[in-house]
Amino acid sequence: MNVPNERKLTIARAMAEAVAQEMRVDDGVFVMGEDIAALGGVYGNTRGLLDEFGSERIRDTPISETAFIGAAVGAAQDGMRPVVELMFVDFFGVCFDAIYNLMAKNTYFSGGNFKVPMVLMTSTGGGYSDAGQHSQCLYGTFAHLPGMKVVCPSNAYDAKGLMTAAMRDDSPVVYMYHKSLQGMGWLATEPGATVHTPEESYTVEIGKAKVAREGRDVTIVSVGMGVHHALNAAAQLEADGVSAEVIDLVSLVPLDRDTIRASVAKTGRLIVVDEDYMSYGVSGEVIASVTEHDISVLKAAPKRVAYPDVPIPYARVMEQFCLPNPEKIIAAYQEMNAA
Amino acid sequence: MAARKAAAAPNVSAEELLTYYRDMLLIRRFEEKAGQLYGMGLIGGFCHLYIGQEAVVVGLEAAAEEGDKRITSYRDHGHMLACGMDPNGVMAELTGREGGYSKGKGGSMHMFSREKHFYGGHGIVGAQVPLGAGLAFADKYKGNGRVTFTYFGDGAANQGQVYETFNMAALWDLPVVFVIENNQYAMGTAQKRSTSTPELYTRGAAFGIKGEIVDGMDVLAVKAAGEKAVKHCRSGKGPYILEIKTYRYRGHSMSDPAKYRTREEVQKMREERDPIDHVREMLLTGKHASEEDLKAIDKEIKKIVGDSADFARNSPEPALEELWTDIYADAPTEGAV
Repeated sequence: MNVPNERKLTIARAMAEAVAQEMRVDDGVFVMGEDIAALGGVYGNTRGLLDEFGSERIRDTPISETAFIGAAVGAAQDGMRPVVELMFVDFFGVCFDAIYNLMAKNTYFSGGNFKVPMVLMTSTGGGYSDAGQHSQCLYGTFAHLPGMKVVCPSNAYDAKGLMTAAMRDDSPVVYMYHKSLQGMGWLATEPGATVHTPEESYTVEIGKAKVAREGRDVTIVSVGMGVHHALNAAAQLEADGVSAEVIDLVSLVPLDRDTIRASVAKTGRLIVVDEDYMSYGVSGEVIASVTEHDISVLKAAPKRVAYPDVPIPYARVMEQFCLPNPEKIIAAYQEMNAA
Repeated sequence: MAARKAAAAPNVSAEELLTYYRDMLLIRRFEEKAGQLYGMGLIGGFCHLYIGQEAVVVGLEAAAEEGDKRITSYRDHGHMLACGMDPNGVMAELTGREGGYSKGKGGSMHMFSREKHFYGGHGIVGAQVPLGAGLAFADKYKGNGRVTFTYFGDGAANQGQVYETFNMAALWDLPVVFVIENNQYAMGTAQKRSTSTPELYTRGAAFGIKGEIVDGMDVLAVKAAGEKAVKHCRSGKGPYILEIKTYRYRGHSMSDPAKYRTREEVQKMREERDPIDHVREMLLTGKHASEEDLKAIDKEIKKIVGDSADFARNSPEPALEELWTDIYADAPTEGAV
């Protein structure tokens, strides 16, 4: 499709642009994390910021996640708007206390006396043989805990609008970006993530899912990278005369259950695609949102295409076997209909 | 610590001494009352009393200026009272009532006051230390000349995040006074059983942070050290460490019978080093106040504390609708039933 004045950006550039635009109008915004300044972020999402804003506002930190995330909580309570990077979501283990016991709870525990307006951005996802301490998604881990919003863009347009919305939000927002969508030269990138992105500042509503593709026969719900697998599967199903609707959750907390329910009420079938571990996670939550609400809309039992409950292995053949992909989604649909 | 000689107070006015006496006594009587209410089942959970440590916060508050910040752990009632928070609101939070500082949602360990620049009240050992650095960072960023008192205990001094924070605070010259309230027991573990080197004030040396040890049973010594530390921070020289040697008379929390130390040890400390008796003695021997004057103060404090207990008993239980507010800054959560 050819759009006049099209301005395609990668997610990485879209994120950096959103931060820069907000920093120009809000002195309270500063960015802090490991290698986010001179290096520009391992995943490119802070590139160029140091040159424009200087080292006072774009701060490289020591490799001390608890200290700098905790410091961000303090600064946020004091009226600043920190944007903090946890380089890999897998690293949360060393600093989760600052995240779920402090960032997520101080608004509540202060009876609303203090707010914690900060953005914690972190990379997710695998597929490039980096093994299980650098490849997880952990969406469910963060979304499970009340007190923080959780967003996950699937394309650059949403990435920019969500980042702006997150920086303006008075609640803490965990911003999870998938490595395979970032547009890094050294890492394979899904081309569908690099889309037209307006230059002016705008927001994408946190808590609102999007219908990425309309359809009649089955609803495929996903987030981040999984949305592209779903769209790819939907295109293939179309060739077989099956009309699949794809829902991009965009935000995990708050979760837009209404959009999911409305779609499944229309199609009668539900497949959830999730690169996070299968059990106790996003896929189960999405299904429960439908079945608890009105099970009678379902023409078949829902299906999950999720990461099996195993630590993510290094060997390419093993990792690829575990990851969601369009073929698994198509197979899930076929099984659903055969049942 | 050796018994203190009764000495004439150096360069301190009667007014100041009376203020310290009153402020310390308020904390002590408040905590005694909290202990009673706990025994009556009106306060739940863990409740950590500050009795014995009063001179630490009262001395440091005397060194603070308007706008300076404070943040601490769960033994926090004394800090709140010393910085001027309302005893009614604190006590009502202890009883989990609507009139509490956090509307009953925080309890003993989680209270905050924007007005008094009190940033909590935190329940995890050492976790408030990085936040304190963040508060100081915000002040430095804004260039407002404020200083943050970041309190933690001798137990927390063995937490890794403290050293991450020391490094960062020194690297960025943050205006933060790290106050190590060394009450000599990490819950039930005596310092000598938990800590390889007892000189906690030297723990910043590896990061180039100056530190000193202070007699925490002497409010004037604490104040003097606090003034020195604050001056250092305010002049842009970065963080400073005060290790304040103190002693808690009660257990770690109300559920701790304190069998890890002898009654004699506690008794000796109470008799020879009590921080309130010390000021009382200075007031009387210096003829700054009469027994009658002090009795009047005792009575005044008793009334404030009694009123706070009445308030805390009579404030309504929180409405269950409040469960769903303040989780996020904006709307109630979608999980609301």
